[in-house]
Amino acid sequence: MRLTALTALTALVLLGVIFELVRRRQLREKYAILWMSVGLVVLVLGFFPRLLNSLALLVGVVSGVSLVLFLGIIFLLVVCIHLSWEASRLEEKTRTLAEEIALIRAKLTEREPIE
Amino acid sequence: MTNSSRVLIIVPAWNEAGTVGDVVREIRGELPEADVLVVDDGATDDTARVARDAGATVASLPYNLGVGGAMRLGYRYARNAGYDVAVQIDADGQHDPRYVPKLVDGLQDASLVIGSRFAGEGGYRVSGPRHWSMIMLSLVLSRMAGCKLTDTTSGFRACDRTLIELFADWYPVEYLGDTIETLVRVIRLGHPVCQVPVAMRPRFAGTPSHSPAKSLVYLGRAFFALLLALTRR
Repeated sequence: MRLTALTALTALVLLGVIFELVRRRQLREKYAILWMSVGLVVLVLGFFPRLLNSLALLVGVVSGVSLVLFLGIIFLLVVCIHLSWEASRLEEKTRTLAEEIALIRAKLTEREPIE
Repeated sequence: MTNSSRVLIIVPAWNEAGTVGDVVREIRGELPEADVLVVDDGATDDTARVARDAGATVASLPYNLGVGGAMRLGYRYARNAGYDVAVQIDADGQHDPRYVPKLVDGLQDASLVIGSRFAGEGGYRVSGPRHWSMIMLSLVLSRMAGCKLTDTTSGFRACDRTLIELFADWYPVEYLGDTIETLVRVIRLGHPVCQVPVAMRPRFAGTPSHSPAKSLVYLGRAFFALLLALTRR
């Protein structure tokens, strides 16, 4: 029972933090939806940790907890890759912006040398 | 040199205040009819001011992007201003502007002309892993291009209007992408490439990096860059 209390409390705190971030518009909607669903899954599993036992047995994993661990790691890995991809895209966008700014600057100084 | 074509010399420079002034003055002295654009790649020293005082047009990037970013900016400038030919020259003084007319003449038969250090002129030699990577790149790319390319990573190159338009929209920012990947793409698109022998000079200032460990890393990166370029569509 103490384990369930721990996981349930963690899930509640997590969901609270995510909700607060979304409420303050600190998270873009696409991420908000992702993390809200993660929070909900964690919440349900936090209150009923043995929910996944039958599914775990079905795929050959001894306990539901191990399955959660496995899926969790895979999920985090995918999220990390996604973030790297997103960062690369942003870098490409800021690169284009930087180049445009330099072009505009050059054009301005050609007209009337400031600085 | 073809008389009617407008030529832009693009000089990517990052913290090269010590040499860029002499480089620009030398280019203007040797090639009075060409315009010089110095791309200040987010330099923290006086590069931009020195280059402007020497008579170049300067485009200053707000932060450092690397050679690839600086070059795409240069090609964008060339495209917008309607230049027919763009020539890339390093700001450290190792490229001799007296070879530019030879490079530009080469554009009559090719879209991209590379100034090669190993094609006969000058006494430039390398050894060890750096040499192996150059051999590997040279073998693969020469075969693809259907002509001999001995110095594929040379930053001394000239291109025509078609490639200015290509490079203005697409120019890799990754390390070695600016030389290897552009070459692969240009060849694949069916544009003729050729090389012209040039002699390199020692840099005006600064020291080249040539430790064995570094050249081994260079070999790995060159191989990786080539592999990526070849598998991209």
